[in-house]
Amino acid sequence: MRNILSILTVVIAIIALWYVGSFFMNRAWVMDQAARAGETPSLMQQIEGTMTQDRAKLPAPHQVAQELWKGTVEKKVTSKRSLVYHGYITFQSTMAGFALGIFAGVALAVLIVVSRVADLALMPWAIISQTIPVVALAPMIVVLSNAVGFESLIVPKALIAAYLSFFPVLVSMIAGLRSPDGMQLDLLRTYGASQSQVFWKLRLPASLPYFFASLKIAVAASLVGAIVGELPTGAIAGLGARMLIGSQFGQPMIMWSALFAAAILAALLIWLVTGIEALAARMMGGRRA
Amino acid sequence: MTKKPVISARDLDLTFETNDGPIHALKGVSLDIEKGDFVSFIGPSGCGKTTFLRVIAGLEQATGGDVSVNGMTPEEARKSRAYGYVFQAAGLYPWRTIEGNIRLPLEIMGFARADMPRRIERVLKLVDLEGFGRKYPWQLSGGMQQRASIARALAFDADILLMDEPFGALDEIVRDHLNEQLLALWAKTEKTIGFVTHSIPEAVYLSTKIVVMSPRPGRITDVIESPLPRERPLDIRDTPEFLEVAHRVREGLRAGHAYDD
Repeated sequence: MRNILSILTVVIAIIALWYVGSFFMNRAWVMDQAARAGETPSLMQQIEGTMTQDRAKLPAPHQVAQELWKGTVEKKVTSKRSLVYHGYITFQSTMAGFALGIFAGVALAVLIVVSRVADLALMPWAIISQTIPVVALAPMIVVLSNAVGFESLIVPKALIAAYLSFFPVLVSMIAGLRSPDGMQLDLLRTYGASQSQVFWKLRLPASLPYFFASLKIAVAASLVGAIVGELPTGAIAGLGARMLIGSQFGQPMIMWSALFAAAILAALLIWLVTGIEALAARMMGGRRA
Repeated sequence: MTKKPVISARDLDLTFETNDGPIHALKGVSLDIEKGDFVSFIGPSGCGKTTFLRVIAGLEQATGGDVSVNGMTPEEARKSRAYGYVFQAAGLYPWRTIEGNIRLPLEIMGFARADMPRRIERVLKLVDLEGFGRKYPWQLSGGMQQRASIARALAFDADILLMDEPFGALDEIVRDHLNEQLLALWAKTEKTIGFVTHSIPEAVYLSTKIVVMSPRPGRITDVIESPLPRERPLDIRDTPEFLEVAHRVREGLRAGHAYDD
């Protein structure tokens, strides 16, 4: 109960601030209109004027909420204006990229932990890869995957999503696979365990909590990657494409509603991953010792 | 014909090369351990008692001298499952139940699946943990966790039990209790036990043979055959015989300059 109360307080504070912001940012246009008509609007008229503009600089919360409602519930999900439709397009590439990122992250981590040569050869590149801004890479990835014969945008978008999401998985998995201490390793030596037994019986299970912790970061990174993949690539579907269209055609409502749809999608994804994590933790002893 | 010792060390040397020069962890260490002995290694930190145990276990390579376990090199002895090793921390896997933890060495050594429940049941009984097999380690107290780790070391029927300060992290009351149980277990199983400790009462209470060691370089300064009977209630620690042995251990430590600085 106290939890809900504290969350509500913050939400209400944000909405209040937002209304104040909307008022001041949209007021100039109201005053402009009034000056042209030779009127001086009262404060109430000003407030009303700032909350109802179609092309407000900063749309008010209730306007964005209305637009979200229209885009999700009132439109058919097959409509090109449905946020569910665009959200699903983005969700698809997010999940494909997420899966690819997990696979790449885990595979690289295993390679790096097992082989000292791989550690020296691969790790610097993994780090360098994260210093290159993904916005700069995105168009190139689209052009290249098109050149190799992938017509659909889902492949380059998934690649960009994977490019962002493999890194947290990689770093966590390396830490996790290396987490067993000298005593644990000595114990297995006294049993005469082989390297592969050490890996399967000790290193891998010991790394799972690290793995699940990294998934939350990775799924959020995947979503960012998928959206960024839709921005500079001429995509016409997806939440990123909606944002770009909104900004290019001066339709702030479209932009804002897409933005919130993306935030809601992110919350759902993280909630899902947290659920899977809790389930896995329960299956692995319920509590970390 | 004389009995061959189970563990035999002759002129053992072990030197670690470090950046600050060589460290003589062991120098000229010779010792015989007979079958069924309970041998304690006692001394201040740095005297090489743990290192000696690790050499016997084949976890560390001696740089000079000979050591044999069951007539084999430590490496061979390890591969033939000659010993179970208990560390200072229980080191149970938090993702496995107590049963699962005891099953671990059996899985690695390739025991038959059908054989495992019987073995697990038997060692749980030996350490007084019947009925706790399905629990996870965090549901057990520290003393119970350490008992589970002893059960794990017993599961594959090694004749030798090597214990490196197994009760060092536990409080004294729990430790007394576990010492009593360990003696009962030793009497029941007739294992040969090597036990590292830095507690004089613990060493005297448990052992048939006490090996006093001293540092720089790590060496044996005294080997005391205990005159105490094998059957030992806890209050034997108040008898003159007990105090006399404890006194001799202390003398041995003093002779090795264990009390200097």
